Amino acid sequence: MAEISGKYLVGVYDDDDTVLHAVPKLRKAGVKIKEVYSPFPIHGLDEALGHPRTRIGIAAFMFGVTGCCVALTLMIWTMGIDWPMIVGGKDPISIPNYIPITFELTVLFTAFGMVTTFFISNGLGPGTHFHPRFDVRSTDNKFVMAIELGRNSMTEDEISRALRDSGAEEVNVKQF
Amino acid sequence: MASAHSIPSIEERFEFTSGAKRNLLIGGGVGVALILLGAYLAANGGGGHEVAAHGAEQAAAAVGHGAAEHGAAAGHEAAAGHEGASWVKRIWVNLWVNSVYFTGLAVIGMFFISYNYLAQAGWSAVFKRVPEALPAFLPFTGIVMLLTFFFGGHELFHWTHEGLYEVGGPEYDPIIAGKRGFLNTPFFVFRLVFYFVVWYGLWRVIRNLSLQEDEIGGTEFYEKSIRFGTAFLVVFGVTSSTSAWDFVMSIDTHWFSTMFGWYTLASWHVAGLAVITLTIVMLRERGYLRAVNSSHLRDLGKFVFAFSIFWTYVWFAQFLLIYYANLPEETIYYLERFRGHGGFFKVPFFITLFLNFFFPFLVLMTRDAKFTHSILKVACWSVIIGHYMDFYTNIMPGTLGASAGFGPLEWGFFLLFICAFGYSIASQLEKANLIPRNHPMLEESLHHDIA
Repeated sequence: MAEISGKYLVGVYDDDDTVLHAVPKLRKAGVKIKEVYSPFPIHGLDEALGHPRTRIGIAAFMFGVTGCCVALTLMIWTMGIDWPMIVGGKDPISIPNYIPITFELTVLFTAFGMVTTFFISNGLGPGTHFHPRFDVRSTDNKFVMAIELGRNSMTEDEISRALRDSGAEEVNVKQF
Repeated sequence: MASAHSIPSIEERFEFTSGAKRNLLIGGGVGVALILLGAYLAANGGGGHEVAAHGAEQAAAAVGHGAAEHGAAAGHEAAAGHEGASWVKRIWVNLWVNSVYFTGLAVIGMFFISYNYLAQAGWSAVFKRVPEALPAFLPFTGIVMLLTFFFGGHELFHWTHEGLYEVGGPEYDPIIAGKRGFLNTPFFVFRLVFYFVVWYGLWRVIRNLSLQEDEIGGTEFYEKSIRFGTAFLVVFGVTSSTSAWDFVMSIDTHWFSTMFGWYTLASWHVAGLAVITLTIVMLRERGYLRAVNSSHLRDLGKFVFAFSIFWTYVWFAQFLLIYYANLPEETIYYLERFRGHGGFFKVPFFITLFLNFFFPFLVLMTRDAKFTHSILKVACWSVIIGHYMDFYTNIMPGTLGASAGFGPLEWGFFLLFICAFGYSIASQLEKANLIPRNHPMLEESLHHDIA
């Protein structure tokens, strides 16, 4: 994930519906929302936040094509060119024989590639130790909205008031 | 985000306009004209690809004992003097290919609503009338198949020849004789009638329940429909396989594949889904079914995408085992399509793979393609034509073989059937409110959202 350091205002909501309706209201008032954390996925929240669409699908396609090429190259090279082998009376290079493994490697590369991409782009996985928590209750029963003050032209008081107006039961300050 | 969409009215009647009727009738008329032209050409020696030249080649290309048997069968047919009326035979075979294919398309409508009932699926409720309209075509294809079998069955099905079963006779064939318990005319006709009566009968029940539900409301009809839908799935689980053996696999009487039932079901299923999707897209283009949103379309697109891959998977599973095991009595099936009959079937064989796998796979892969009308239409047509080619390559080599062709006769029959099917669908859609207004899952369906 991108840089997280800075000063944040954290709005805590009690209800998923409240937070879902608060998002467009706040954005309309000119507040730039960093992220909303929720114990479960909320339908329509992504669109309401206006996040750009994920590009993981493109990455998946690239990984798939890579896996497909690796599999075919590997088999054609080893079985057909470097040390031609006849298996089951078929030609050394016989594409139908190669299809199951090509399929498997395509899927394998896609799956591993996507997980790796996801971990890297979100700063997760082994070796990462900095996991900012705006409010631990977002893993339990609260819905937490993070607003980065440095990225907003509005003052702290204005944002705080807007958050309370939109239904936040608490507004806290968090510094990383 | 449900609140962002405004839900259009659920009260809408489909009007089968006289213009649409006229277009379909013209299409059918062109089909008939093409059939007549094709029959005329075929009767005068044109149309099909060269017969004489490939007969010899076919005999020369005999590989293993399977091919030798086939050669013998072809020789026996020639001796029986079938050649003179090969264009009549070609008409029977074309009728058979199309009626088998369109039977599948029609029955998949019932299959779709049945598994949606069984799963108590909510999302599909809003366009349920479309799959529900397809099986009305079954009596038509059923009658065509029955007539084709009575008048042309002897030319279509090698196993109907009596001489095959005379022990010690010149044509005695122990392999086919061993299959007599299943492949005999009375049992075959019984099964043929049974399939259509049960499929159509269960559809009538579900259709009536659905129409009553529209008028009266309540969950009683829904719960009854679940039971009848489940009953259909049990029946179809068996009959989809047996009908595939009967209608298609028994043409190549010596050959068998344990994948064949699945393979045909997969073929019918994806083509049926393409018909459903295409009908919905066409209705939307004419201003109907506004309540079908991009999430529904995306799910339908995924369905077509996924099942075109499923078909390929089953197709390849059948092919790879035969290719790998390399048993002559099994490989003959593919050899006939690759090299037999002068290599005539090699082109449709690969066209099938292209239209049913590569094209929809690449075109429907991205997210947005699955709800873009124009792309959906192209992909659906590709699948619909592709699976016609699939049945063509499955049925033609074993029936017409060297005298097969792909000319006005084939185009005409396909056009005639597709126009008749369209007519049947449109007249069914006209009979009820286009959205099942009292369906218990309708509310869920109207708010269907997969973001």
